[in-house]
Amino acid sequence: MVSLDEKQQKKRRKGFSSQDMKEMLSGYLYISPFFIIFAIIGLYPAIFSLILAFQKWNGMGEMEFVGLNNFQVILSDPLFWKSVYNTVILGLMGTAPQLVIGLILAFLLNLSYLRFKAFFRVTIFMPYITSMVAVALVFSVFFSNNETALVNYIIGLFGFDPVSWKTSEWGAKIAISTMVFWRWLGYNTIIYLAGMQSIPNELYEASKIDGASIFQQLRYITIPLLKPFIILTVFFSTVGAMQLFTEPTVFLGNTAFSRDEAMTVVMYLYRDAFKLSSFGTASAAAIVLLLFIVVASAINMLLTKRLGRDRRET
Amino acid sequence: MKGDVGTKKWGIGRIGMYLFLTVISLFSLFPFYWMFVMSTRHSSAYNSIPPAMVPGDQLKENFQKVLDMIPFFQSMFNTLIVCLTVTIVVLLISSLAGFAFSKLKFPGKNILFFAILFTIIIPPQLGLIPQYLLVAKAGLLDNLFAAMVLFFLNPLGIFLMRQYVSESVPDELIEAARLDGCSIFRIYRSIVLPIILPAFATLGIIVFTSVWGEFLWQFTVLRDPESYTIQVALASLNTQFKVDFGMLLSGVFWATIPLLIVFLLFNKLFISSIAEGSVK
Repeated sequence: MVSLDEKQQKKRRKGFSSQDMKEMLSGYLYISPFFIIFAIIGLYPAIFSLILAFQKWNGMGEMEFVGLNNFQVILSDPLFWKSVYNTVILGLMGTAPQLVIGLILAFLLNLSYLRFKAFFRVTIFMPYITSMVAVALVFSVFFSNNETALVNYIIGLFGFDPVSWKTSEWGAKIAISTMVFWRWLGYNTIIYLAGMQSIPNELYEASKIDGASIFQQLRYITIPLLKPFIILTVFFSTVGAMQLFTEPTVFLGNTAFSRDEAMTVVMYLYRDAFKLSSFGTASAAAIVLLLFIVVASAINMLLTKRLGRDRRET
Repeated sequence: MKGDVGTKKWGIGRIGMYLFLTVISLFSLFPFYWMFVMSTRHSSAYNSIPPAMVPGDQLKENFQKVLDMIPFFQSMFNTLIVCLTVTIVVLLISSLAGFAFSKLKFPGKNILFFAILFTIIIPPQLGLIPQYLLVAKAGLLDNLFAAMVLFFLNPLGIFLMRQYVSESVPDELIEAARLDGCSIFRIYRSIVLPIILPAFATLGIIVFTSVWGEFLWQFTVLRDPESYTIQVALASLNTQFKVDFGMLLSGVFWATIPLLIVFLLFNKLFISSIAEGSVK
């Protein structure tokens, strides 16, 4: 308290010196690169998208103001709604299991008596350093339409018929959510693990004395205290899932933009812009996507915030 | 202690726990092993029942086919240039801004900082079309600079650097240097920079790995195979009508190996960096 007052007094005494001026200018100078670059490739394009969403334009010629027509066009396009449906389903299938299993894995990796910890941690995290393209290509071979595809062989051992993974409604969704799960499981595990390491061990020991089982510990200590980390991963996963593009596009290869089983919203807007040269509707789709992301994040935040609320009121 | 699976030495619970971890580990490792196996087999091995699980003798041949299809080394080199440049630029921008936000006084500091954080939530696809048009108009399609420029913006980097400078550079040190007549840039260069070097490793790894795997933007602005980054080049292998799987996975395997080796060598640093970058 005292030092703060002193500082303020000093400031008042000094007034506005040339040194303050220099410091101020340096401050603005040092933060300016971000703002300059952002103005050109962040803000300007975002505003331009907003304008473009109300225009009819093929990328050449003149723009023509069409009011809300672009929104009308995409909102009445069954393919757009199919892409919304696909995005939501793929998001649920790809991320929900990932977060639950990631939580369990992190809990196990955090147990003090677990052996080979480093080995498990490295192998589980390894998929993260591959690229989404690499993952999609490897899984496109696992999940090829071929009857002898590895996954078809494996399900054949259990008596199932081979599936056309790339051209069937659920086949494509299972394949794509599997690769999303594979690549991001370790990433979420590591975040949860970092969170768990910040929970004091005494809590577990005290609960053990009270006779709590491992599941009760998970339920009443780990999950409530891990909430900020769970909110973080849910937020990242929601935003990531709504923006899904690379995996389905690369997985499907040359049929990516001509079939609808795995078309996501970003693929829809990419197709509008770069395959059909309809920049207006593509921009309208981008804005609708932004709204979806905001809504989906808000819903997930609310749901996550309620986790373990009955236990710890904050 | 009923139900306490963790404590009995070799009880069912503990065996189940190791079994679960082993299954997940194998699930994580298998695609790596399998892409190696396939990159050494003739693509006819793909049709064999049961599936081929041991390496064959087509390692060279498959990779030769990759080289016939895409400029593999050129693409790897392009990616390296893009990743290194972006990493260096982001480190510079972030450390300067982080230093300014943490240690310098100027009006509007907090509002500007929150403005930067706010940009995190803008999805990159929102501006995709105008960004593409901007690049096209500037005549930068197929240019590596275009492939990088979007990633110079890294609000998270500024956030991390501000945190790190606040935590690790004492105010007294800066005050003392100032009394000695150091200019503000010299304070940054000679005092702040050496202290925050470890944070450069953290942020550098985060930026490098994320740009390495980037696809959508580069797929949009790079159309000439000579300008492809490796991700765009790999994706182009899967667009033929009849894909040679041995060739395809050979390309994926050789493109994955370099980063995989670096990861295995520095796995602790990698994992802690990526966790720290997300958790802070």
